[in-house]
Amino acid sequence: MTATTQETRTILFKIKRQTEPNSAPFWEEYAVPYKENLNIISCLNWIAANPTTTSGVDSTPVAWDCNCLEEVCGACTMVINGRARQSCSALVDTLVKETGADTITLEPMSKFPLVRDLVVNRQRMFKELIRLKAWVPIDGTHALGGGPKESPEAQDTRYALSRCMTCGCCLEACPQFTIDNNFVGAQAISQARYFNMHKTGAVLADERMEELEGPGGITDCGNAQNCVKVCPKEIPLTESIAAIGRQATVHAIKSFFTGKK
Amino acid sequence: MANAKPRVIVVGGGLAGLAASVRIAEAGVPVDLFSMVPVKRSHSVCAQGGINACNEVARQQGYSEWMHFDETIYGGDFLNHQPPVYQMCYEAPKIIDLLDRMGVPFNRTAEGERDLRMFGGSLYKRTHFAGATTGQQLLYALDEQTRRYEAEGKVKKYEFWEFLWPVLDDQGVCKGIVAQDMRTMQIRSYRADAVIIATGGCGLVYGKSTMSVICTGGAAARCFQAGAWLGNPEMIQVHPTAIPGEDKCRLMSESARGEGGRVWVPRQKNDPRKGIDIPENERWYFLEEKYPKYGNLVPRDIATREIFFICQQGYGVGGGRQVYLDVSHLPEATKKKLHGILEIYEKFVGEDPKKAPMRIFPAVHYSMGGLYTDYEAAPDNKGLVQGAHGNMMTNIKGLYAFGEVNYNYHGANRLGANALLNCIFDGLFCGLGVANYVRDGVATSSADTQASVYDRAVAQEESRMKQLLSGHGTYNPYKIHEQLGNAMTDYATVVRDENGLKGLRGIIAELREQYRKLKLTDTGMWTNQNLSFARALGDMLIYADAVALGALERRESRGAHYRSDYTERDDSKFLKTTIAKWNPSSYSVSLEYADVPTPLIQPRQRTYGKVDKKEPAAAKA
Ligand SMILES: Cc1cc2nc3c(=O)[nH]c(=O)nc-3n(C[C@H](O)[C@H](O)[C@H](O)COP(=O)(O)OP(=O)(O)OC[C@H]3O[C@@H](n4cnc5c(N)ncnc54)[C@H](O)[C@@H]3O)c2cc1C
Ligand code: SF4
Ligand code: SF4
Ligand code: FES
Repeated sequence: MTATTQETRTILFKIKRQTEPNSAPFWEEYAVPYKENLNIISCLNWIAANPTTTSGVDSTPVAWDCNCLEEVCGACTMVINGRARQSCSALVDTLVKETGADTITLEPMSKFPLVRDLVVNRQRMFKELIRLKAWVPIDGTHALGGGPKESPEAQDTRYALSRCMTCGCCLEACPQFTIDNNFVGAQAISQARYFNMHKTGAVLADERMEELEGPGGITDCGNAQNCVKVCPKEIPLTESIAAIGRQATVHAIKSFFTGKK
Repeated sequence: MANAKPRVIVVGGGLAGLAASVRIAEAGVPVDLFSMVPVKRSHSVCAQGGINACNEVARQQGYSEWMHFDETIYGGDFLNHQPPVYQMCYEAPKIIDLLDRMGVPFNRTAEGERDLRMFGGSLYKRTHFAGATTGQQLLYALDEQTRRYEAEGKVKKYEFWEFLWPVLDDQGVCKGIVAQDMRTMQIRSYRADAVIIATGGCGLVYGKSTMSVICTGGAAARCFQAGAWLGNPEMIQVHPTAIPGEDKCRLMSESARGEGGRVWVPRQKNDPRKGIDIPENERWYFLEEKYPKYGNLVPRDIATREIFFICQQGYGVGGGRQVYLDVSHLPEATKKKLHGILEIYEKFVGEDPKKAPMRIFPAVHYSMGGLYTDYEAAPDNKGLVQGAHGNMMTNIKGLYAFGEVNYNYHGANRLGANALLNCIFDGLFCGLGVANYVRDGVATSSADTQASVYDRAVAQEESRMKQLLSGHGTYNPYKIHEQLGNAMTDYATVVRDENGLKGLRGIIAELREQYRKLKLTDTGMWTNQNLSFARALGDMLIYADAVALGALERRESRGAHYRSDYTERDDSKFLKTTIAKWNPSSYSVSLEYADVPTPLIQPRQRTYGKVDKKEPAAAKA
């Protein structure tokens, strides 16, 4: 790449914006000077410092969420060229290679209430974690010795599940999860499996299963498997859904014979 | 409203803030937890390598809590406070046990025990880890416990709320905070009988660092302007191994070296070949050669300087500012333990580090300095008084500082994998002291504090906001930030000197002038991120000057603070804490010094067994 082409080449960003939750969305375009190794966040930073559209209108910086900038916090998810992913790890070079064009489209996720521009409210995901009691019910923080021993294999499986960063990609991609229904979604189902796998966490397994067998629970999953394809952390979501499905069957039979249902 | 139930406000939901919330809620005191981001997305998720604690395996090799303590003090070049560090190291094994009970997926040995790895500044394996995403795993465990208390109504979360100012009553005692809802932009006050600041580091003062976007140091700078002191603000850690990037420098954790990764440069300057094509005998493993005992695991300040100087001498890869960090020779099973970080390299650089050496360079990483805190030492100085009100309280009564924002533990240089420990230790051990303080150390309940005290603080913040929104100047906050970052990086990182630091202070003063003439491009009252950033920029400009002045006046070299004009440590003059104070009338920082007591370990020479070899030995043919 020579210096001159670097100076003149720009990437066209088409950004879907919305000032407030109830206002109408609109599109804006920005031309961002190309450099090697740019990620989407660097481009949004550039726009924040130079918020003038391609039609010469002085606008406002685009609002978006981010924090870690290395794909571990889950904050910066947005729909980039039609697919939900993290704007910190989405690289311009890769996107351009994918589409063959110097144009990139940014939209907010559609399955969560819009806050502003590319910011959405994902509180629902955290609420589901409360509903499913996604924690290990320890006695307290006093020194009571270590936790249960665990085989490296079991650790490996749990570790893979515990990397979920509540980013929402799996929910954005899921046909069963909509902005106004009550489906728990793949992320929470997988977390339930994670806690059911832990010896102390399993103490609450029955309570988790009650929730997952109720409305919006596991039976709402249509097995479309879109979720697992988009998860940036390669979390084995369909395995989790299958595992919870099996646990649900066992739990239902158990409840039947113990007369709980 | 006499006899109202005491409440505690925790600002910050990283490891320190969450550990504090859990401990205080458990003690039966309700907690209001404020965070700019959902707590599960706090910066602590970035921590990769691990958390230190003496353990049975290490103990049977001759390691002990005392040695952990000694390593931390030696690593910090004797500027750390010994009683709290002692207590932290002796609590560490219990903290690991607790995290284990919470379900943290620590890596396991074949027998199912917790696995360990090597880390910098130690000759023993004493670092516990969960893959290469330890911070994420620990934060999640504490997030889950916090959620449990949230479900029980004992913790109330205020996420997307920004702390703006600590509220002090007429006696100067902290009685709550002023905060802003980052969506509605509403500013209001909250009452509390104690406030814990757990807002993390200040990397953004340097523009780009390995830290997250919200690590502006803004909260600490606001407390500073309200009368809290800073301790050793000049002590900033530059991590030896990061990937330079446009928006941030991404860390390649010390665990890469802990697991056997090696740092090297080609023996021949400007070697045009690719790293993988350079044969073993033409590679210069300069750290291993200079520090035969610690090798690649010398502490960060030393590794950083060696890398920096090697590049200055022209040995950098391609003659530039980069060296190789190589894990390509490690066995597959070891690479798997590093998956979390190798994935980052691959995603952001586009090369597979399992096959070829990574190219890295030092980057600003951690703030050893921060809010000044005090503690109540045990009578023999071996540790702290358990449950004492004064543990990690700032000079403002009722205002505490926990975690990275607390200056107490790491002196002039932090050892790897000691930060997560210090965060959780503060929260759990010192959290109890806060619960005790609000129950029986408070003279007037915050419920009885006059409303005017709060109204005044809210009015101050509202007017500050209006001033920012109505600015008619010409300067763009993002551009000022860029200049600040560049200047700080040029003059106040690895090598510092009198002229550079004086010049830096001049630049900061100039940028402050520009800051008075800001123009915000967004003046709306809904999710205005522009406003939040612009306000934090003002605070960064204040914090930056404390760093610069602290560095200028510390005319010696100690730990991370290296002065090319005063290259030796000078205990007679500078075995002292820098205490920075803010003078609102002159709008300036002034410094004082306080002796660092050394009741348990006396300062000694800090060489890490260096042998002198300035140039690479001739290539062994
Ligand atoms: C890339 C990287 C890797 C690391 N790896 C390790 C490691 O392996 N081992 C180790 O021991 N240490 C490591 N560290 C250091 C360690 O991660 C940090 O020191 C530690 O996580 C800091 O935690 P904290 O709780 O103090 O603050 P943080 O986790 O930074 O959290 C700060 C909190 O404060 C909130 N906050 C900030 N400002 C405001 C405000 N104005 N109003 C309201 N809320 C606010 C934020 O929302 C957040 O919740 C690493 C650091 C980095 C950058
Ligand atoms: S399998 Fe399909 S329906 Fe079920 S959670 Fe995944 S995407 Fe949704
Ligand atoms: S499961 Fe994957 S896609 Fe879904 S929230 Fe977690 S990390 Fe994101
Ligand atoms: S900013 Fe954290 S995942 Fe992108």
